[in-house]
Amino acid sequence: MPRLTSRLSVLSLAWLCLATAPAQAALKVLATTPDWASLTSELGGDKVNVYTATSAFQDVHRVDAKPSLVARARTADLVVATGADLEIGWMPVLQQDSGNTKIQPGSPGYFEAAPLVHLLEVPSAVDRSMGDIHPLGNPHVTLNPHNIAIIAAALSARLAQLDPSNAALYQQRGADFQKRWTTATAKWETEAAPLRGVGVVVIHRDQAYLCNWLGLKELAAIEPKPGVPPSAGYLAELVTRLAATPPKIILRSAYNDPKAADWLSERIHAPVVLLPYSVGGTPEAKDLFGLFDDTVNRLLAAAK
Amino acid sequence: MGLGKFLPVVGALVMAGLACPRPVSAGPGEVAELKAELEALKANTAALETRIKQLEAATASALPPTSPAVAAHPAAEPPVPAPAFPEAAPAPPAAKGSNPTAFNPAISMILTGNYAALSEDPNTYRVAGFIPSPKEGPGPRSFNLGESELTVASNVDPYFFAQVTASIHGDDSISVEEAFFKTSALSNGFTVKGGRFFSGTGYLNEIHSHNWDFVDQPLVYQVFFGGQLAQDGAQLRWVAPTDYFLEFGGEVGSGRAFPGTQRDSNALASDALFAHLGNDIGDSTSWRLGISWLDQRSTDRAYSDFDQFGAPVTDAFTGAAKTWIVDGTLKWAPHGDPTLHQLKLQGEYMHRAESGALAFDTLGGNLSGAYDSSQSGWYLQAVYGFMQRWRAGLRYDSMDSRHPNIGLVSSGVLPLNAFPSLLPATPDRATIMVDWSLSEFSRLRAQFAWDQVRADNEHDRQLLLQYIFAIGAHGAHKF
Repeated sequence: MPRLTSRLSVLSLAWLCLATAPAQAALKVLATTPDWASLTSELGGDKVNVYTATSAFQDVHRVDAKPSLVARARTADLVVATGADLEIGWMPVLQQDSGNTKIQPGSPGYFEAAPLVHLLEVPSAVDRSMGDIHPLGNPHVTLNPHNIAIIAAALSARLAQLDPSNAALYQQRGADFQKRWTTATAKWETEAAPLRGVGVVVIHRDQAYLCNWLGLKELAAIEPKPGVPPSAGYLAELVTRLAATPPKIILRSAYNDPKAADWLSERIHAPVVLLPYSVGGTPEAKDLFGLFDDTVNRLLAAAK
Repeated sequence: MGLGKFLPVVGALVMAGLACPRPVSAGPGEVAELKAELEALKANTAALETRIKQLEAATASALPPTSPAVAAHPAAEPPVPAPAFPEAAPAPPAAKGSNPTAFNPAISMILTGNYAALSEDPNTYRVAGFIPSPKEGPGPRSFNLGESELTVASNVDPYFFAQVTASIHGDDSISVEEAFFKTSALSNGFTVKGGRFFSGTGYLNEIHSHNWDFVDQPLVYQVFFGGQLAQDGAQLRWVAPTDYFLEFGGEVGSGRAFPGTQRDSNALASDALFAHLGNDIGDSTSWRLGISWLDQRSTDRAYSDFDQFGAPVTDAFTGAAKTWIVDGTLKWAPHGDPTLHQLKLQGEYMHRAESGALAFDTLGGNLSGAYDSSQSGWYLQAVYGFMQRWRAGLRYDSMDSRHPNIGLVSSGVLPLNAFPSLLPATPDRATIMVDWSLSEFSRLRAQFAWDQVRADNEHDRQLLLQYIFAIGAHGAHKF
């Protein structure tokens, strides 16, 4: 009896395999962050159906390979990921357990953004005593609009490759996005000019690209090493160290724990500015344009 | 029996053939692709041109062009004034030249060890009421080197992934925990795994010991599977194309691991079926439910006991053990971010029915009679991350052996106390735990258990202190 049961189950699974023929509708995209979701929607319009794996309130490095994500990976035509090991704790599980050959590493259906741009902070040597550093470089690449432009161009091409029947549309939407993005970037850079040289303290190394882009001077990080929460002793030392070169603002991403930043803010009399970090991190950061609008606005308001 | 047992395997192979990857089709789409790529290149060039202009402007305004700081210890170094608006160069091409180590697989090593203070002698540990499994109890007293787990994993080619996990034990022996290949090129949600692998039945069974929330396994896993069930065989899984998670799986195996035995037979002796369902509730909660069924056969599976006069004897079971498992897991974290707080609730219920023959004193009188049991066990546990790096947990274990039917006893050949291990019992255990993880890669844990599983009902108070360190490749973990 049990042997019969197992045989029947195998047969029924085989039948299901043949019965689930792919229905070609909108391209199904699994984006690992809200930023990539926003970008994919900009470029794909109604030809893409985007599911976002995380929110701006999550540390993308510490996400569980949740059942819901395996389910979305199973049906995805395209995964848009950051790469550079940011999703290393969960993306391999999605790829291995989803039974979806389209999104395996090296397949056109697996798109990584970080390898396309010049990565900052590529360590010359790596050792875990340095904390949770990423051997390939700092993966938090979104907060420089020039990076977004490069990634958008490649993503447009990838969408066209995966869905050739709509290639013209992706090309047109891509060109349109680049035009709007170039204009917006110029605007942000004009607005943000006063921020050049402003001293800041960051929490994690996730604002490195923003600081680099705007010429903010990163005086210290509240995390003594990437991914390592500060001890009381380290914070006290930071207060002493920053007395000589006081920062004007402390940057906090929406997903960061506010405690250490607030504590430091009281001692060194520099305001904490909450930045969206990712699309959805603040009510104003509704899409990629909103993300940069709001980030620049908040920085300008705080640096006054 | 016999060849019929191969059918599931044949089915799996046929299906693997059906779902084989097709070559990428080249056609009119290609031209469009090339066009798109060309356009992307154009856009790229435009972006670059913009940037060059900006750079020129920046240089004109007397800002020195600075190369990006390469900082592994950013906080410890003097701050480098960053140039404004510079960073948009595409990634430089990777350095050329041959690198023989470029294809080295991911290697990781887990080191564990503990200190145990136990109020009862661990050598006499036995969960009352059940045919004993090969691995029960908290292990020896004092300092113990635990398993050192070496995992080597890599994609084999575009079609297969392979992984070996070898466990080096404190007593200088090595065992193969898992060594399997897994397909990565089957489409439509199918994966096939083969070799030795932890069975997909239950929730905790597939999880490696360094990811357990307590030092040891729940009693029901220790008693019904001798800790963890590793199959030598093949597994087929299918994930349904639904927005929620729905997965079905089946396994066939040799049955070499408890409660099966290696048998001199071509037949398969360990079959399993399972289904998993899971989804999210809002952005903070996710859950998974599972149901599993196992059928495992054994021949002359020996265990030691005492006869009615207190003399040691060896008894043996031959027959089938059929087990049902229902499991549920729920994780909650604010906005799904477990950095500061996380709650994990987890529970499993198992029911096992054994039917076959029980032989008494196989090295002496060797009497044999029927044996039928209907036994169950469950555990429920909660682990809460109460502040960054710290977690506390509670677990309750309960087992119910009921009254097995022992043919030699019901026929009056032997008295019931000739099988002291099988006297009906309801063992239970309560455990509390606290652990501290300085990073993703290290964990120190203290655990205390009130363990009342022995036939004499003595309370065993068990204090276990444990360390877990992970070195090497960054692991990715299942839900």
